[in-house]
Amino acid sequence: MFKKNINPALDTESILKDAQRELALPSRRLFAKRALTLGGLSLLTGCNITDEPSVNRMLERISRMNDGVQGWLFDPKRLAPTYTQAEMTRPFPFNAFYAIEEVPEIDGADYRLEVSGLVSDKRSWTLQQLHKLPQNEQITRHICVEGWSAIGRWGGVPFSYFLKQIGADLSAKYIDFQCGDDYHTSIDMPTALHPQTQLTLTYDGQILPPKYGFPMKLRMPTKLGYKNPKHITSIEVTNTYPGGYWEDQGYNWFGGA
Amino acid sequence: MKTNIAQLPEAIVNQIKPPVVHPIWLRVTHWLNALAVIIMILSGWRIYNASPIFPFRIPSEWTLGGWLGGALQWHFAAMWLLFFNGLVYLLLNTGSGRLWKKFLPLRPTEVVQDFVKALRGKLQHDALDHYNAVQKLAYVSAILDLILLVVSGLAIWKSVQFPVLRELMGGFDNARVVHFCAMAFLVAFIVVHIIMVALVPRTLLAMLRGR
Repeated sequence: MFKKNINPALDTESILKDAQRELALPSRRLFAKRALTLGGLSLLTGCNITDEPSVNRMLERISRMNDGVQGWLFDPKRLAPTYTQAEMTRPFPFNAFYAIEEVPEIDGADYRLEVSGLVSDKRSWTLQQLHKLPQNEQITRHICVEGWSAIGRWGGVPFSYFLKQIGADLSAKYIDFQCGDDYHTSIDMPTALHPQTQLTLTYDGQILPPKYGFPMKLRMPTKLGYKNPKHITSIEVTNTYPGGYWEDQGYNWFGGA
Repeated sequence: MKTNIAQLPEAIVNQIKPPVVHPIWLRVTHWLNALAVIIMILSGWRIYNASPIFPFRIPSEWTLGGWLGGALQWHFAAMWLLFFNGLVYLLLNTGSGRLWKKFLPLRPTEVVQDFVKALRGKLQHDALDHYNAVQKLAYVSAILDLILLVVSGLAIWKSVQFPVLRELMGGFDNARVVHFCAMAFLVAFIVVHIIMVALVPRTLLAMLRGR
């Protein structure tokens, strides 16, 4: 008893008295009230922390580091799960940075896929030529950076096969894509060579519709949606970091699933 | 009287230097965890708003990041703090044996009894260095919830590269639901936790200075 009373840190009555006295104080009640409202959290989000240049640079640096981590985690032999036609999302959603009415109209007859950079054969390709190449098909899950996903069926040329046809330097770092809708993005070579990376010409057994990227898109189930370019007009193999439409605004470059 | 005199030196020593309730490593990891969790939740809410799983959105003034791209940057920056700080906490907690001493045994009957006492306002903080059964359950649940948040988060972030985690979560879409529910539980824990601290300010002091 004597010892217990001497030690205030462990004294029950002392603690209770402290609590009662503290709650009696107006400032303490205000603290409790303020701490318990989500309004207090607004102070954190409302301050200029997200506009501070040094903070933004830190976030960008970590994002670049995350590119490296994802590149390291990427297993070139690991396949994304595939699904049956019964599991397909119907209708498959349209998604772009513009409205569906603004989907570009590209004339298939006049279309030429331009090839440049570290490749030995720089001749352009017609759709007819592309359709003559070996074709495969996949039913995989498209994952949007926003979080939603949809399962679709895409057919086309294995991109690794196409890269070999044009004599691409497979030790190059990047492949850059320019698109007919003013979009552009780029990918890493290991992903380009992944067996499920596809130069897509058809959707659900039909010629690729405009809303899904006619005349050609790159389908990669190992990448998020914004890394899958549509209406591709040119492909460049390069060692110079090309960036991308969303990536230049702050999205993560690797964007892998 | 003589007996009291004999005990005096020990009593004086205890009074001069009260025992440390929370070691330094616990305090550091606690506050770093709090920082990481707040950033993850607020930026996560902004990411959720881009494609809500449920038919409601979270007011944008409560979120962090400004836009989806900014929120993603915050989320994937804070995740490293959460991950590695959590790892340090778990290693030190298990390595020092504190985890078992503080949180075990955890008996359902004791939880019920203490919970009933709490509702009746009869549950007391007997000592800062001793957790009642409800506290034990709350803190163990919070630890497990944070682990679930990390696992489900990895399943969403790297759904192709981590197929085991993906299937463990019931697939990609289900992982999002798990991630959201784990977040909701954590927010509820935080609210109750802060209420308790506000009611017993000495516990805040203990987590700041150790005793």
